[in-house]
Amino acid sequence: MKSRIPVILLACGSFNPTTNMHMRLFELARDHLHQTGRYQVIEGIMSPVNDNYGKKGLVSARHRVAMAKLALETSDWIRVDPWESEQETWTETVKVLRHHYNESVRVFQSKKEFMRNKHPTERSAGESLSCQQPVLPELKLLCGADFLQTFKTPNLWKEEDIKEIVEKFGLVCISRAGSDPSQYIQESDLLTKFQHNIFLVKEWIQNEISATQIRSALCRGLSVKYLIPDSVIAYIAQHNIYTEESERKNEGDLLQPLKLHNTIINPLSD
Amino acid sequence: DPDMKTEVVLLACGSFNPITNMHLRLFELAKDYLHETGKYKVIKGIISPVGDAYQKKGLISAHHRVTMAKLATKNSDWVEVDDWESCQSEWLETLKVLRYHHQKLLSADVTNSLQDAVPVTKLGRKRKQEPNRHEPVKKKSQSPAVKSVPQVKLLCGSDVLESFGIPNLWKLEDITEIVEKHGLVCISRAGSNVPKFIYESDILWRHKNNIHLVEEWITNDISSTKIRRALRRGQSIRYLVPDVVGAYIEKHQLYSPESEDRNAGVVLAPFQKYASDSKDSQALN
Repeated sequence: MKSRIPVILLACGSFNPTTNMHMRLFELARDHLHQTGRYQVIEGIMSPVNDNYGKKGLVSARHRVAMAKLALETSDWIRVDPWESEQETWTETVKVLRHHYNESVRVFQSKKEFMRNKHPTERSAGESLSCQQPVLPELKLLCGADFLQTFKTPNLWKEEDIKEIVEKFGLVCISRAGSDPSQYIQESDLLTKFQHNIFLVKEWIQNEISATQIRSALCRGLSVKYLIPDSVIAYIAQHNIYTEESERKNEGDLLQPLKLHNTIINPLSD
Repeated sequence: DPDMKTEVVLLACGSFNPITNMHLRLFELAKDYLHETGKYKVIKGIISPVGDAYQKKGLISAHHRVTMAKLATKNSDWVEVDDWESCQSEWLETLKVLRYHHQKLLSADVTNSLQDAVPVTKLGRKRKQEPNRHEPVKKKSQSPAVKSVPQVKLLCGSDVLESFGIPNLWKLEDITEIVEKHGLVCISRAGSNVPKFIYESDILWRHKNNIHLVEEWITNDISSTKIRRALRRGQSIRYLVPDVVGAYIEKHQLYSPESEDRNAGVVLAPFQKYASDSKDSQALN
């Protein structure tokens, strides 16, 4: 019996706030990978972006992480990881991937050590099996089709980062019925080369709950019940997180990755 | 003047097979919309699952559908489930369900107002006498034509409204009474055909002031059909239906290829009923 490759799904984003759609992406990705017969999704990680990203309307990471935690309370396989949000400054997505990959390797190796040190009679049948064929988990970036499209935005991504993401890690990209993300792959030599590592998943049940629309509804005093978890709604109300003022945060600022690029190409401009 | 707001109860009829986040969202959207007009106050939402006698393909027992809807609305402070329709042994026209709930609302109101010892400004509403206010005490109104009588409006999606055009599915006089005496709150996607559909029907056009069109900007197409399909294929429905509903479906293994085959080949109840009166069927336009 061929054993399945364990997979960890990592979603990076603002999660401003976490919506039902964000969590649905994980469910869709897991179903898709399982149905290929080749993978076993063992974990999902939500990684809210650092405050320093500078996106308009981005509220403090403290709140965004707290809301994600509340949203994921009832999930038995997805968790939120604050590492990215706790760094000194904004971190490139590829670095976040590397960090979580290294973490998973560390966990994997310490498990192996632990199993090796256990006397054979102490191991359960399941543990013995996995000892014989220990497979290192793969870490894949989970995203929507619009994310794939951002690869084309000038100066937003470094070419070598994109290459590492699709070559070393892999993408699971969810798109809605009616849109065709394969065209973005066709239009890029780099993506075409590694298309075997880009999984396209179609969401037939349209559920486009954009966080921007949620924030807009909240500012207008409109209901967002059944679009985001009740616990998150309560948290937002309790801390009065989204207001006209919070929407104006970072207004007019450049996104951090774009700022960095400008610095790099014009270090001597005075 | 806040006292002149019309009290509204939103009634949603349908299979709810199963209930989804989209169904629940309809209520939220309708309430927000009516409140923003400044003319209405939504006092209650009612989910009325159709009876088994409707004989729609794939329709599982009303007991389960009602239970799931109740689970889904447990933590709502204004939307509730009513099983009167589902308990009837024969299929009931939507208008009859509307009339039933309207009657219920009126008699509850009359009971309240009979208990009033103080002057009221409208049926059923107790009002404290405030000594410094110089407002005339309004007479208790008995006539149902007065604006302040609470209304029951049919809440639906664009598919239901557009189904008015399907021959023999609705009686023309029913549609007329629904839009004339009660009213419709129809939630649809931006760019839908609904405005055109209303324009092309004389009856709907005549009563268009009683048809409230609410645009749903957040695309949300969680149809029960797709949910059942996902379940048959072993796919996750998390975050599309309330967790308690998902757990209930799982526990009772409600949906399968077999359940989807129920009523296969059976004629839908309204068609059975009206096809025999085909000489009476008139066009909506």
